[in-house]
Amino acid sequence: MSAVRAWLLVDVPRSRWQARCQRFFFAWLAFRQNAGAVAGLAIVGTLVAAALLAPWIAGSTGVVPDLGNRLQPPSGAFWFGTDELGRDIFDRIVWGSRITLYIVGLVTLIVVPIGLAVGVVAGYVGGWLDGALMRLTDIFLAFPRLILALAFVAALGPGLENAVLAIALTAWSPYARIARAEALTLRHSDFILAARSQGIPHHQILAGHVAPMCISSVIVRLTLDMAGIILTAAGLGFLGLGAQPPTPEWGAMIALGRDYLLDQWWVPAFPGLAILVVSLGFNLLGDGLRDVLDPKSRS
Amino acid sequence: MMRRDPLLIVDGLRVTFDTPRGPVVAVRDVNFVLGREKLGIVGESGSGKSQTGRALLGLLARNGRVAARRLSFDGVDLLRAGEAERRALRGGRIAMILQDPKYSLNPVMTVGEQIVEAFRVHANVSRREARLRALAMLEAVHIREPGYVFDAWPHELSGGMGQRVMIAMMMVPEPDLLIADEPTSALDVTVRLQVLALLDDMLARRGAALIFISHDLNLVGSFCDRVLVMYAGRVVETLRANELRSARHPYTRGLLACQPRVDGDGSDLPTLERDPAWLR
Amino acid sequence: MNRAPAIEVAGLDVAFGRGRRAFRAVRDASFSVTAGSSFGLVGESGSGKTTVLRALAGLLPPAARFRGELRLHGGLLRPARSRALRRRLQLVFQDPYGSLHPRHTVDRILGEPARVHGLDSIDRRTVAALADVGLDPSFRFRFPHQLSGGQRQRIAIARALIIEPAVVLLDEPTSALDVSVQAEILNLLQRLRREYALTFVLVSHDLAVVSHMCEALAVMRAGEVVETVSVDALRADTLQHRYSRQLLQAAQGYRSTAAGMPPAER
Repeated sequence: MSAVRAWLLVDVPRSRWQARCQRFFFAWLAFRQNAGAVAGLAIVGTLVAAALLAPWIAGSTGVVPDLGNRLQPPSGAFWFGTDELGRDIFDRIVWGSRITLYIVGLVTLIVVPIGLAVGVVAGYVGGWLDGALMRLTDIFLAFPRLILALAFVAALGPGLENAVLAIALTAWSPYARIARAEALTLRHSDFILAARSQGIPHHQILAGHVAPMCISSVIVRLTLDMAGIILTAAGLGFLGLGAQPPTPEWGAMIALGRDYLLDQWWVPAFPGLAILVVSLGFNLLGDGLRDVLDPKSRS
Repeated sequence: MMRRDPLLIVDGLRVTFDTPRGPVVAVRDVNFVLGREKLGIVGESGSGKSQTGRALLGLLARNGRVAARRLSFDGVDLLRAGEAERRALRGGRIAMILQDPKYSLNPVMTVGEQIVEAFRVHANVSRREARLRALAMLEAVHIREPGYVFDAWPHELSGGMGQRVMIAMMMVPEPDLLIADEPTSALDVTVRLQVLALLDDMLARRGAALIFISHDLNLVGSFCDRVLVMYAGRVVETLRANELRSARHPYTRGLLACQPRVDGDGSDLPTLERDPAWLR
Repeated sequence: MNRAPAIEVAGLDVAFGRGRRAFRAVRDASFSVTAGSSFGLVGESGSGKTTVLRALAGLLPPAARFRGELRLHGGLLRPARSRALRRRLQLVFQDPYGSLHPRHTVDRILGEPARVHGLDSIDRRTVAALADVGLDPSFRFRFPHQLSGGQRQRIAIARALIIEPAVVLLDEPTSALDVSVQAEILNLLQRLRREYALTFVLVSHDLAVVSHMCEALAVMRAGEVVETVSVDALRADTLQHRYSRQLLQAAQGYRSTAAGMPPAER
């Protein structure tokens, strides 16, 4: 352990790999100082672990009805109780973490490249292209997210993939704005001018010089946004436009459970709690990442 | 007034910063006694000259710690003084001028409002009175159109003008000690001399002392009365400014020799060989 | 020296903005630089010296309007440059903290331009470029934040030289550095100029640096070249223009009697 530490702390890195590891290690040392961020990381880590280990954690598949055990309160056998079809809510939440992670991952995969590409090109190239791309961004920015997502799902048909697609299409515009703002300040920085004066082609400057400087603020914004994305997905699920039964999507679970809110509170309460905790986790993580990654907030 | 007593006594000043790689000593065992004079602290980056100035004002970064055998300003023990007392000193009897006025002036207040506020805090006068005094102060720093500058925003000022305004503001509470950290480094050479002449004039008028922190040995040598040369957190040599050319320490001599000269012959400059023995 | 000029600037005019708010950063500037020599552009902030350098480097913003002729070894330099032409003219910036990409290792900073210009044996060239600027190979995998200011400026110089330019444009290359480091960098630049027969255009506000480095210089003020002289005239103190003399005087340090009461400025 101490050998690894020494290797990470050495003043003169010997290889590309060591240099990269060192950078992450120092970021980690800074990140570790922030208790909230570490808690956030733990929550997100738990989510990932639950998703990966669902078959071993959950006692059942969470989709097969067991009408003999309908609406059991939380107990030793059913930690979070059972729902109206007798399914174990704890197991459903564990399986549901896969869906949440799927939503989060897919939205990230769509939103980050689109937002980054549009923003970086607009900011770096400027002129009429900037104007055109930003007006496009404004149009998407102006729509209320849930309404646009509803319209998309209504057009494409309900289902988890369509819900994710709808969320992603409404969510990329703020990222384009952020990336553009960063690219605008970078455009006149000396190291970009140096790259230009060396004859490095524009596409290479965009991908290798400008984009890496924008990506950290995009990631920070993404983690802060994650709560909203999860809530939108849950909202769509709640309205019956997202994941379809019997898929244990947390929003859909709340929707089905709301009929039992007064007498069997645990049915909607536990999935609600799961959404709350995971959203909070992403927010805390985002705050911590901002402190580490965002050069502007650093003193 | 006990004018003959030293204004500032620094004995065994040590500044340490805590970093992920362990504590780093930025300033070690710095001693000097300051009268009503212009003292220059010269050194290269990392010599600890700026941290020395900041430590005197209690303006170190959060991970910095100050220790000293004695640190007293006109009889006040700075090490034992409470936060309130230190703040009062800092705003009143000790003032600081930084390198770039752009970062020292509040960007969302006009220049005039900022000086007026300084007067209202320190002199407890009416708005009208404060305004008149602010205009007079701007005139005192040789600004030809005080009314125009009074209504200007900080970003509308040139570097030299901004630094004049800073000097005016710092002079409002009539400080006894002015700490200037590279006050002219961001200025053009011709403007630099004007600002220095102004500073000189203001100091003489108020009988205040100056600690002038700079990397520029020639400038400090021509402007100050006495020079401390710092290297790696230590004072390696203390000189009268007019005896700079007869410096003894090899570091000081090296610094003087490695500067290009207008009347030089263009051959390679002697470079500074750092001797580990200087660190002892 | 009766060699052909490497750089010719004739009637250069650069303006930013349009109409009433137009600002002429450079007015009718002309000078030429002999191949293999070093030419100084001296002036204070706003004198237009950096704009001249950027015009030569082809880095003026698209909104800038531009008149006059720039030539490199006789060939016309236009704002739009081919990659091959860019290679022959390299720039070293003032601020070594801002001119290196903060997320790139030294290895990439040096390797990328070499690769872009299709050079072979990049590894060997990278190590050689480091050696050229007096750094050993262990610097190869560091990030800029792990280097001192002087080391960064050495990397910036290595980056300019790795693609074997004919002319190097130096924008205040030592004004952000300590004097002892300045001496090392100036010596390094002089040695590289001799070894690779480079032509330098050096922008500086410091007459001592220009006197040390250059054979000739132009003094600029408010966008105009007020005086072009050989460096011997500077050393012999025979500058003609009043402003040049004022600059020279300022370079000598502070004199409380001579400076007297400063003239008011607006």
